[in-house]
This record gives sequence, structure tokens and C-alpha cells, in this order.
Amino acid sequence: MHHSVEIEGLSFSYPDGHVALREVSLHIQPCEKVALVGPNGAGKSTLLLHLNGILTGQGKVKVAGLEVKPANLGRVRASVGLVFQSPDDQLFSPTVFEDVAFGPIYQGLPESEVRLRVEEALAAVHMLDYAGRVSHHLSVGEKKRIAIATVLSMKPEILVLDEPTAGLDPRARRSLIHLLDELPITMLASTHDMLLVSELFPRVVVMDEGRIVADGPTRKLLQDAALLEAHGLERPCVN
Amino acid sequence: MLLSPAVMHIPDGFLSVLVSVVFWALSILAIGYSLRRLGKEMDERQVPMMGVLAAAIFAGQMLNFAVAGGTSGHLLGATLATVLLGPWAAVLVMTCVVGIQALVFQDGGLLAMGANIFNMGVIGVFVAYTVYQTVQKLARGKSWGIFVGGFAAAWLSIVIAALAAALQLALSGTSPANIAVPAMAGIHAIIGIGEGLITLGALAFIAATRPDLVKKRETGTAQGKLVWIVGLVIALFLAIASPLASSHPDGLEWVAEQKGYLDAAQGSVYQIIPDYLFPGVKNESLATILAGIFGIILAFGVALGVAYSRRKRQMKA
Amino acid sequence: MHVHFLDPYRHRLSPIHAFDPRLKLVLVLIFIFTNALLPVGAWPVYIVMFSLILAVEILSELGVTYVLKRSILALPFVLAALPLLVTVPGVVLLNFSIGAWDLSISQEGLQRFISITLKSWISLQAAILLASTTTFPNLLVAMRAIKIPRLLVSVFGLMWRYLFVLVDEALRLMRARTARSGQSELPGLKTGGGLAWRGRVTGGMAGSLFLRGFERSDRIYMAMVARGYDGEVRAFSMPKISPVDWLVLGVGLALLGLLLGVGLIFWG
Repeated sequence: MHHSVEIEGLSFSYPDGHVALREVSLHIQPCEKVALVGPNGAGKSTLLLHLNGILTGQGKVKVAGLEVKPANLGRVRASVGLVFQSPDDQLFSPTVFEDVAFGPIYQGLPESEVRLRVEEALAAVHMLDYAGRVSHHLSVGEKKRIAIATVLSMKPEILVLDEPTAGLDPRARRSLIHLLDELPITMLASTHDMLLVSELFPRVVVMDEGRIVADGPTRKLLQDAALLEAHGLERPCVN
Repeated sequence: MLLSPAVMHIPDGFLSVLVSVVFWALSILAIGYSLRRLGKEMDERQVPMMGVLAAAIFAGQMLNFAVAGGTSGHLLGATLATVLLGPWAAVLVMTCVVGIQALVFQDGGLLAMGANIFNMGVIGVFVAYTVYQTVQKLARGKSWGIFVGGFAAAWLSIVIAALAAALQLALSGTSPANIAVPAMAGIHAIIGIGEGLITLGALAFIAATRPDLVKKRETGTAQGKLVWIVGLVIALFLAIASPLASSHPDGLEWVAEQKGYLDAAQGSVYQIIPDYLFPGVKNESLATILAGIFGIILAFGVALGVAYSRRKRQMKA
Repeated sequence: MHVHFLDPYRHRLSPIHAFDPRLKLVLVLIFIFTNALLPVGAWPVYIVMFSLILAVEILSELGVTYVLKRSILALPFVLAALPLLVTVPGVVLLNFSIGAWDLSISQEGLQRFISITLKSWISLQAAILLASTTTFPNLLVAMRAIKIPRLLVSVFGLMWRYLFVLVDEALRLMRARTARSGQSELPGLKTGGGLAWRGRVTGGMAGSLFLRGFERSDRIYMAMVARGYDGEVRAFSMPKISPVDWLVLGVGLALLGLLLGVGLIFWG
């Protein structure tokens, strides 16, 4: 029941009329790692934004056993760690420590607990000695890891990532993959990086034009060339 | 009102023509002077920088934080612009922000823009400069000067600018001084805290990340002194004039009365004519009804015309 | 996420859209000025002015509801003039008391209040029409035409270009903050972290916005230099103004002058 995601019949249209989601249904089990793929405009990011109530559509969305509705938003946001694509938009404090501490401080945790959480989160992303650094000066790879830490400090049950490897050089990407592999947490990641999908995510969900068009084991789906081509996806070159 | 809660973007219709014109003139002078000053020391880099920072201030005004019971704190940005860019560029940047807000988003009127630019772009900037420099001197270069100075400058510049707006409204005969002044001052004394906190946080961020941008500015120069004095004079003037105006509205009424005498004098000349030339239209209700009928006919006529031409267009296509 | 909703321009093939932007700006400014000069209580003139702007709205094919909806935004400012009801001396219409105060609404006060509100509303609609029927680049041309300094106009232009980019960033910053604003499962904890802290965090967001703006402007400058920018602002010259547009301007000015004259004579 907990550490899970249940979406039933979710539909959403933007104010300008654009229909972004059509009757999307998705169930993620505790500790499952699921990749969300599809062409740009498929509705992936829109779907992710429903998971912590930033957007609200028609249909049912339940995360960590909580229904996503106004009364629950506080608990929902503490339970779902949403990491956005651009780290610059998520690091808005002078120091790394303050950015990672935001979540716990907002929740009203005592100072000792805040420090502990920050340490644990930074340790989980292998950036413990960066606490006093200025986020602005870090490399993209470092910023992405800090961004994940800012969310881990809330001890969420589910980690949701939007394009985690976008903009990373091979080394940073490799270390991020290691990192995500180590985290024992329910995970949903929207990505174009098919190699990442095949390495890290046993289950893949394909979206196109607001609908889920395929949902199944990664190994099987990535062999289906016709499916991939129909939805603008490339097979990863795995030797 | 659309993008920031501070009651400082005065729409058209609330300031008298005289007040509007006077403040347009003052603003044009200030803008012209700022352009000249900048022109001397400027290089081409300034244009993209001011443009982007004006956009950043505009965007920054959309940032908010929850204060209490559904209300939120916002940023105006005049102080931040002044600390980061210096007074002259700040005047221009705030002019652009106020200008686009009025022209494109109707946040503030077009005729009233002169007064709005003056309040937010000139008073806001100069008072902020004065307070900031003063606190920096007191701090003798220590870093707390930046933060305390930033907070104090932001707070005071908002309050003084609000007083100016209140006096403008009072002088226009729109709001009575003894309500407008305390109301504006009171509301903005509180809103100013939000401005102060955000400015403080922004300076802290920038000081930590790019300390070179919060460098000390032209203090010793004659230039800097001029701005400092102007800021001080404005602040003192408004701080003294406002409570005077609000407790002795007679003063303002005296002004209004003089204006009234003026109007009456003009009016008496024209009163002769209607009786003489257009006796029929002296009946005001009739005139109103006629105007209404004219309006309806006009509107219908235009609507029909548009519908007709649209159909013609569709048939052609 | 894109903030196109902020751009008021609505493309239509109407004569208002096609009207030369320089003359349009001038006419709108004079309309608002004329409006402001109209004396209190000149109801028939107000009605004619309102009809005129309504007719233009219909001509512009924007839809009257569109303009009226946008005009509601300035409504709260009306409160500033509310005290006029009870402070202007004159014929008493209504007596009432609030607490210890005995107040009376006068006819003159009511007239003043309604005049201000009506005139403000009419001017606002004219401004909305200008912004909704003129593309921003054309507004820049119009600004140059009324002799706004070249430097200021180019800053305006750059500001516009990056307005939506930066507003996007601001909205994403707030979204990221919202995503981390949760409530702990432990009972009895006060969420929010304190007012001063929240203010400072917001300040950090503003600082981040500014800083990235600064650095972005460096890159913009380099791109401009790479294309031969030397500090001078040049643009294509606008086509000549058609005689029809001049005629429309002339008629408009004459009409406004007439209305103003009538207003001043009978109600001044």
C-alpha cells in the first residue's frame, strides 16, 4: 500500500485547451524502478507534475497510500520527491547545506534532526564535503546530485525524476547511474536516455500523445522495433 | 495590481491631470539625466544587462512567499536594482519595468505612468541609495552592512514611495489625505518587511555567489553625494509632509480650493454660452438619453459592419 | 511550461490591428488624456466615450468579453476613491454610522466617485485595446516615433525578449519550492519554517534569478557582438503611413476635441 503509486483514468488539459493526458492509468509497486519514455509532448512531464499535486486533473491519483487532494498536499509533498530537469531552478539557496535543508526546515523539524537529514542525504549522493559550497559554481553533474539530495532529505517514499541524465557528460552520467542504482526507493524516471532505461529500469512505460501505449518488462519492449519506431524511440545500442 | 500586491501602480483616472503632467515632467527629467550620466561611463554591455535585469525584476515581482492568512509578500525590486546596478541604471531599469507593466499589462495607467515611474523608479531608487550608503558607512565595510543596509533601504524606500503615492492621490482630490496617508503608510510599512526580507535574501545569495557584484559603489564621488542628498531630501520631505497633510487636510483643501476658484472662474465664462446658444440641451437627462441612444446605434452599426465583412471574407476564402 | 498567457496580443485581421501603430499609440494617449480632462458628472459625454471605445472593441474582433474581463483587474483600486462618498460636502443622500462615526453620503461625493470609476474604466479599456491589437515590436516602433530615446527603446526590446524566459524561470523556481514544501508525519510540528526564513529563501530565489540574468546577459552580449553589434541600435524603417490612417487620426482627434469641448462647456 505504501511506497507505491496508483493512477486511475487521469486526464488533464492545459488552460489553452491542449489535451496533455488522456485516461492514463499506472500502478507502481513498492520499490519498483520504472522508466517513462516517449517523444516530446507525450505528456511525461505533465504526468509527473500530478504526482505531487502541482497539477490536478480528472481521475484518481494516489501516492504512498494518500489521495492527492488539497487536504493531503502537505503529506504528499513530503512523500514524493520530485526532481526537476533543470538543477538551476531547484538550487536557490546560497549554500548546498541550505538547499538540502529546505525540506526538513519547512516541515518544522528540530535543528538537530535537520542536520542529520542533510548529512544523510548528502552522503547518499556522495557529496558530503560539499555542504558549505555555493551551488551556483558547481558543475551540472554535481548540481544534479545536489538536487536529488534536496529531495532525499525529506525521506520520501517515492523518487520521481525528470530527465535525470540530460546534459551530463559520460562520467557524470555514469556516476549518476551508480547513485540511482544504489537507492533503495520506489522510482519513476522520465527520460530519453534509452541506455539508462535498459541498464537501470526493469520496467518501462511508453507514452505518446497523452496515452500509455505500452507498459511492460524493459528487455521485452526494447526488442520491439516496430513499437519503438512508432513512438519516436530509438533502440539503445547494447553490445 | 495584477502582478504585485503593493498598491503602487496607480491606474488612470485617479490622479488629476495637473498631478499627472507634473510627475511626467519630473520623471522625464530624471530619466533624461540618468541616460546622460550612463551615456558617459557606459559601454555597450549595459544594454543587454539592463534589458535582462529589467526582465529579472519583472519576473522577480512574481515570486511570493506566504505571510499570513492567504496574503503573500512580494518584491518591487528598486532597492535590489540600486545596490546591484547603481542609481542611474536602476532608474532606467525600473522605468522599463513600470513602463511594460502599464503598457502591456495595464498594471498602472498610461497618463499616471509618470507618477508611477517617479514613485517606484526615482523615489524608490534614491531613497534606497541613501539608506544603503549610510548603513554601509556605519558598518565600515563589514559584511553586515550589506544585509542590514539592504533590508533597511528596501523597507524605507517602499514606505516613502507609498507616501508619495498617497500625497499624489490626495492632491488630485481622489482620496482624503487623512485616510490615504496613514492607510498607505500603514499597509506599506508591513509590505515593506516582505520587500526587506526578499532583498536581504537576494543580497545574501549574490554576496555568497558573486561578491564582486555587491561591490561598493561611487560613494566618495560628487556624483554619489548628489544622489545621497537627493534621496535624503525626498525622504525627509515626504516623511514630514505626509503627517502634516493628513492631520491638516485644510492645507490640501486650501490647494484644492484655489484650484476650485480657478475652475469656477473658467466655468463662469462658459456658462453664458449654453443659455444663449443651446437652450434645448440644457436638460441633462435628455442629453444623457440621447448619448445613450447614439452609443447603442454606434455599437450595433459597427457590430453589423464587422459581421458583414467577416462573412464576405469567409465566402472569399 | 510556457508563459504565453502573459502576452496580451491577440492576432486578428481587423482594421484596428492594421491601423498604424504609431498613430494608434498617439490616439490612445490622447484619448486617455481627453478622458482625464473631462469634468465630473458629464454623463452624456462619458457615455459617448464609452460607446466609442466599445465600437472600437467590436471592430477589433477581440470580443467585448475579452476586453471587459481584462479590465476587471484594476477594479480593486476603486477602493482608494471610496472615501469621497462621505468626505465631499453637498446634498445628503444617505446617513449612516459605523461605530463612533456618523457619516453621510453626499450626491456630489457619489458623482465624484462614479465619475472617477467610469473614466478610469474607459481609459483602461483603451489601454487594453492598444496592447491587444499591437505586436510588441510595433509598440517599440511607435515608442521611437514619439521620440523615446533609442537606448531606452533597445532596453525595452531586450527586456521583452527575455521577459517570458525569466518569468518561466521564476515560475519553475516556485514550483521547485512547492515540491519541497511538505508536512512531516510527526505530529505537532509547525510547518513553514518561520516568516523571516521564508522571506529570505524567496530572496535567494530572486538572487538566483538576477544572477543567472547577469550571466545570461554576458552571453547575449557576446552573441550580439558576434553579429556585429557596436552599441548603435538600428532597425528597419517602418512603411509610410497611409492617407487613410492619417484621416482616421484626424477624425479621431476632431471627435475627441469636440467631446472635450462639449464636456468642458456644459459641465466644467
